[in-house]
Amino acid sequence: MTVSRDKENGGFNFRRIWKWFTREFLLKIDQIDSPDRYKRLRRNIILLMLLVTIVPLVFMAAINYHQYNKSLKDEIINPLYSLANKTKHSFELFLEERVSTVRFIASAYSFEELSDEKTMNRIFRVMRNEFEGFVDLGLIDSQAKMVSYAGPYALLGKTYSQQSWFHKVKLRGVYVSDVFMGYREFPHIAIAVQQISGDEKGWILRATIDTGKFEALISSMGLEPSSDAFLINRRGILQTDSKFYGKVLEKYPFDLPLGSYGTDVLDMLDTKGREILLTYAHLSQHDYSLVIVKPRSVILKSWYTLKSEMFFIFIISVGLIILVTIKISFNLVANLREADERRESAFRELEHSHKLSSIGRLAAGVAHEINNPLAIINEKAGLMKDLIGYGEDFSKKGKFVELTDAILKSVNRCKTVTHRLLGFARRMEVKFEKLNLNEVITEVLGFLEKEALYRNIKTTLQLAENLPEMYSDRGQLHQVFLNIITNAIASIEGGGLITITSWQENPETLGVSIEDTGCGMSAETLRHIFEPFFTTKHGYGTGLGLPITYGIIKKLGGEIKAVSKEAEGTRFTLFLPISPKTQTEAS
Amino acid sequence: MKVLLVDDEEDFVTALAERLQLRGMEVQFATDGETALRHMETNPPDVVVLDMMMPGMGGGDVLKRMKAGHSQTPVILLTGHTSIDAGPAGVQQGAFDYLVKPVDISELIAKMENALRSGKSE
Repeated sequence: MTVSRDKENGGFNFRRIWKWFTREFLLKIDQIDSPDRYKRLRRNIILLMLLVTIVPLVFMAAINYHQYNKSLKDEIINPLYSLANKTKHSFELFLEERVSTVRFIASAYSFEELSDEKTMNRIFRVMRNEFEGFVDLGLIDSQAKMVSYAGPYALLGKTYSQQSWFHKVKLRGVYVSDVFMGYREFPHIAIAVQQISGDEKGWILRATIDTGKFEALISSMGLEPSSDAFLINRRGILQTDSKFYGKVLEKYPFDLPLGSYGTDVLDMLDTKGREILLTYAHLSQHDYSLVIVKPRSVILKSWYTLKSEMFFIFIISVGLIILVTIKISFNLVANLREADERRESAFRELEHSHKLSSIGRLAAGVAHEINNPLAIINEKAGLMKDLIGYGEDFSKKGKFVELTDAILKSVNRCKTVTHRLLGFARRMEVKFEKLNLNEVITEVLGFLEKEALYRNIKTTLQLAENLPEMYSDRGQLHQVFLNIITNAIASIEGGGLITITSWQENPETLGVSIEDTGCGMSAETLRHIFEPFFTTKHGYGTGLGLPITYGIIKKLGGEIKAVSKEAEGTRFTLFLPISPKTQTEAS
Repeated sequence: MKVLLVDDEEDFVTALAERLQLRGMEVQFATDGETALRHMETNPPDVVVLDMMMPGMGGGDVLKRMKAGHSQTPVILLTGHTSIDAGPAGVQQGAFDYLVKPVDISELIAKMENALRSGKSE
């Protein structure tokens, strides 16, 4: 029960992690409704790209590292093996030769012959000539007394019954001692051979060998100064001097797997904490082991160089990947964002024109429905006024005239609205003609000058001279400037300034700006000014002036922009093509 | 001046007729195209004021029939806002002028006088 529960939990958790991952990284960003979606998108792209590039890189680097490490070690360790084995054989050969020599002498000569000092000296001389390293030769009888001796020391008559080697040679027949100082105060080894003569009492022939030959064998290996090589015995006592780990006969500080006969390389730390490769080889037949110590830093120097180079390259690659990924992601997301914004603005524009056209249809319907009753009201009220006017005087006649006038005035106001609605609704037929933009502006200003003057508004014209003539619709342009300048006048209270500027924007476009020092608009209002029926002039505005203006400008193939700041003023900028584009002509 | 008013809205046409009569004109009116054409034959007017939008035979058709019958009587068209383009079109078909409803009476009288003058000068 618990197991299955655990399993379920495990599955659930995994699913949860997967869900989290897909939500965070894989879902289309459109599905994430968040204001900082581009930031998240960028983050996701960067993370995913880094993940899929750096993870394999790390894996490859790790595998490479491991592989190189392994092959390099093999390459370094194999020579160590062969060096150790070669030197081991030299040692074995050296010792075997000496043992054979002593054994041969013991076999070739009788106890009596060897007892003779002259014979002994002669044999010793020959021996020294043939084989280097022999220091002395002695004959020891079954009572462990030195009976004959050839060599530099006065050992004749000495008794060895108390020494352990004497008993060992009695037991084994042949004995090679560890290095010892003995009576002679310099390191040497003893080789003793027992010979059983006719009376069954064993006698022993013993030779001492100078271990200087050992040093010679070790130095013949040609090791670097930082390396070390030496012999140790089974109990871990140094048999030759070690450069780093003690003099002869001192205890060697490490434990070796003694007793095995193989050759091996150990990767370890020495007593000084150095990383070393320790190679050891046990000498067969003898209780010695050859040890070669090389510091790892020397052996693996090339490896360390390679490693640091690899690391360097790795870091540079990772850095480059991160840099490029971030750069690409930033660009990508910026482009995406721009495309999105373009799409959105195109969509908004489409929506806007759609809105305009549907409102236009509605407006036409309303205008039509209102127009007929309006015409009737107009005639009836007109008739009333006529009747009053043509008829006789009666009490309250003036009052009636006033009333009918008020009705007619209201009808006229309604007429203006329906006229404008229609102007907005009907498909505008644009008639292009050659005209001078400055002239059109001046004409329009002529209509409005009186009102501006009356409201204490100064108008400044900054019209570019030599403005090329353009092909456009004079009537429509009149309407445009009339709308904008009327708005400008309406926005100014208690005197102000309207500046109208014209210029040539580029070879195909003329620009006009109308700037006022009026009350300005909030950003919110500014966003809606081209929408039909949006008005701030409650009571007397139709909310159609600027939408109509916008429609006309679009129809003429131009552009209109508005900038405004509350309490500072508004600037409308128009860009009009000098000659109509084919598209506009077609429509 | 003899005037024929043609409009399907009786309220409109009677009121306008009375107003013109008050100004000393001789006014007939019709509320559909057929009646209007009959009036033309029985009592030919000096000027016709013709609404474009009428059920059945519209103002355009009446104008066409008149021109087909070689009528020299000047026609002033009345249009609603939806058919504002019909005004200039009617003028091209031979109407003297057009006005957009609701009309200003003085404007209408001015146009009728113009029409009469031009008719006489022809």
